[in-house]
Amino acid sequence: MLTELALYSDRLFMAAVGVFVFAMVLHGSEYAVQRSAKAVLVGAGGPALDEHESHPDGTPVRSRSERLGRMGVALVVLGAVLLAASIVTRGLAAQRWPLGNMYEFTSAISLAAVVAWLVVLRRSPASRPVGLFVLLPVVILLFLGGTVLYAPAAPVMPALQSYWLVVHVTAVTIASGLLMVPGVASLLYLLRRSGRLSGVADRLPSVDVLDRLAYRLTIIAFPLYTFAIIAGAIWAEAAWGRFWGWDPKETVAFVAWVIYAAYLHARATAGWRSGPAAWVNVAGFAAVIFNLFFINMVVSGLHSYAGLG
Amino acid sequence: MASTEMATRPPETGDSRARAGLLAVLRNAWRSLTSMRTALILLFLLAVAALPGALLPQRSLNQRLVDQYFTDYPAIAPVLDRLGFFDVFAAPWFAAIYLLLMVSLVGCVLPRTIEHAKNLRAAPVVTPRNLARLPHHATATLDVGPDEAAERIRGRLRRWRMLETKDGPGRTISAEKGYLREAGNLLFHLSLIGLLLGFAAGKLYGYGGQVIVLSDGGQFCNTGILGYDSFQAGLRVDGTNLTPFCLRVDNFEATYLPDGQPESYRAAIGYQTTDDLNAGRVDQWRPYPLAVNSPLRLDGSRVYLINHGYAPRFTVTFPDGQKRTEEIQWQPVDATTYLSQGATKFEPPGVTDEQKRRTSQLAITGLLAPTSSGGKVVTSVYPALNDPEVAVDVLRGDLGLDDGRGQSIFQVDQSKIDSGQLVRVARANLVPGQSITLDDGTIITFDDVRQWIALQISHDPGQDVVLVFAVLMLVGLGLSLSIRRRRFWARLTPTEDGTRTVVEIGGLARTDRAGYGEEFDRLRADLLDIPDTDGSDVDRPITAAKDD
Ligand code: HEM
Repeated sequence: MLTELALYSDRLFMAAVGVFVFAMVLHGSEYAVQRSAKAVLVGAGGPALDEHESHPDGTPVRSRSERLGRMGVALVVLGAVLLAASIVTRGLAAQRWPLGNMYEFTSAISLAAVVAWLVVLRRSPASRPVGLFVLLPVVILLFLGGTVLYAPAAPVMPALQSYWLVVHVTAVTIASGLLMVPGVASLLYLLRRSGRLSGVADRLPSVDVLDRLAYRLTIIAFPLYTFAIIAGAIWAEAAWGRFWGWDPKETVAFVAWVIYAAYLHARATAGWRSGPAAWVNVAGFAAVIFNLFFINMVVSGLHSYAGLG
Repeated sequence: MASTEMATRPPETGDSRARAGLLAVLRNAWRSLTSMRTALILLFLLAVAALPGALLPQRSLNQRLVDQYFTDYPAIAPVLDRLGFFDVFAAPWFAAIYLLLMVSLVGCVLPRTIEHAKNLRAAPVVTPRNLARLPHHATATLDVGPDEAAERIRGRLRRWRMLETKDGPGRTISAEKGYLREAGNLLFHLSLIGLLLGFAAGKLYGYGGQVIVLSDGGQFCNTGILGYDSFQAGLRVDGTNLTPFCLRVDNFEATYLPDGQPESYRAAIGYQTTDDLNAGRVDQWRPYPLAVNSPLRLDGSRVYLINHGYAPRFTVTFPDGQKRTEEIQWQPVDATTYLSQGATKFEPPGVTDEQKRRTSQLAITGLLAPTSSGGKVVTSVYPALNDPEVAVDVLRGDLGLDDGRGQSIFQVDQSKIDSGQLVRVARANLVPGQSITLDDGTIITFDDVRQWIALQISHDPGQDVVLVFAVLMLVGLGLSLSIRRRRFWARLTPTEDGTRTVVEIGGLARTDRAGYGEEFDRLRADLLDIPDTDGSDVDRPITAAKDD
């Protein structure tokens, strides 16, 4: 019965990955269609494509790209539901909170990122072209999770049997997932500002929209990340005998936290507000990802129970 | 800015000018130290400086890895060492960065706290002449008199700080909200200082140590450093003032999954508090089920279960019939199968002649498998104590116990073997009950295996302070990032006949792109009856400033 559930969980996971890949294809063709549309319109002296968001009822070509985009979003919703179901059945199969190894972390981080992205999209439909670039790291993460990092459903070792696992690891995963979207938005912001790759960049939302997107999600995720670190310290006090010991994982969490603090400062410092701040945000997310992969897999420390043996 | 002040000052001479110059330099230095830009740079430095602490092995975490690094990179390791890279978080340059940051923070935050306190008592800013210039703005003519219109605005803005002033024929209302944002920001920054102080208290007055205690009756008393196997003292701890308490390990039980993954560890222990000891209740033990994630907390100290392992018991029967039994912990060398390694050492009894002693000391060294594969070469296949077997070498000679050098309890002194002072006299695989007889008739019996547990004892007087400030910091962060500081103004001008009122409203968010649009829209809807169907005399708000 339980092994059967574990099997369902794995299948749901694979289905979710497949759906996300398909959503990426749709989002990608949305770009392609728009690109050919632009060529036609510019040739015909038509209006600039920037207005396309405010005129969904424009030319047939536009609405085709619109339709592709909407289908892509619908698939992202479906993928999120499948992934959530995979995580839930995994927890039921292992009879514990489904955040006990790196396969499960990457799965949950991806879900958090996708859900955050869908919420952003609801509030600001103009951001839709960002979707492709949010899905890209999600799919990579899930691919790694399903292959290299995969671990069968099993109980966790005694050090992880604590309700602080639920609190700390859940908060960290959600915060990391939330931070992924600003990381992507800041990268796109930098891309758009640099004027390079204009074929892609021109179809992205304006720099202002990207900037705001990054900032707004960061100020939600940052306190959550802070909370996660504090919860981790409380747990460390109960499990390892000290609340903070500069274990590699703790150290990089500190580094990431300080970088995000620097991001918020940069936003309030003249001369740093735009480009430099975006770089800082990207660096922050790089630190979070570095912590997830490098520290779990290469450096050995107290946190080395990622289920990789 | 400082230079313009200098320029307007009357010329001064000699000493006083030098002093003024110095003052100006100091003031400039202070200003730039407490500027946002400096804080930003220091934050970066802090992040960069902490990184080697994660990437290079650290003494405080694992001395063995540091030694390994020295053998792997003999050229750069000493240089890194001199620069403090193997002890990053105790390095002076690391301390310099965070202390500068703290100074900068105090210098930045204290004036802002005073400013904010003044601000709290100050009235909202008077209404600007031209409200249409504001990013959020709307006008409507209401079918009510000015008094009623004002009443309505006052009612809607009940939770705002408000000021009403006369303005030509009409009046204006200015209002402000979101003071908690700045308060939260200040709380956040000030809590960082509290956090650091709590941390420092722990580093000064805290201590920690590890000790291995045999199960089934082994005891430990926290009375001095000597009771520990290893001890880390805070800078102000000399080990003479430990809080006394005693522990006894009654039983230890580990359970494993079929694949050897540990499932649970549980040690039944008894303890005696300082009060118990003072009152002389030395034969009563308070029971406690010690488990991972569930430390024993008493009198400001905490006791943790951090590891476990096996201690084989050997009995040596000497040719003259005397028996000696030793039982000492062996060290797990494989974390999944608990294959353990160690050295159990014996002194021949009743030998007083130094020379003779040095040739007849015995050591039993080798491997212990808790569940042996049963093959010729002893290997462990499972961590539980199901089929124990040892593979041992018996060494005889000079163990070097009198050399005055500290010895590992898990090993014999390799140099004694190399120099031929310690010679292997037997090798065997034994299961409990089996024995070997040496050439001189000495019989060595492998009796049994007992479990041991490793305990961590921690004492940190600063940790509660750190927790309190960490929570305050989080509260402050939440307030400052979720609350928007915003201003709102209304100008009420009665029409000629005094029965209707032209209401012009404007809004300004004072924080970084945090958005005010939606709230202003709601205010506009509530106060100006918009959106409405006729809506003819309504200025649409300037959409450029809207946030979504
Ligand atoms: C350990 C050092 C510091 C850390 C970790 C830190 C962290 C932060 C964080 C996370 C924020 C955003 C949350 C908030 O608005 O409360 C912030 C905001 C702020 N910090 Fe710091 N800070 C530090 C030092 C300083 C210093 C030295 C200054 C003064 C130069 C400063 C001035 C400010 C100001 C003015 C804001 C508000 C920015 C805004 O309105 O968005 N901070 N700080």
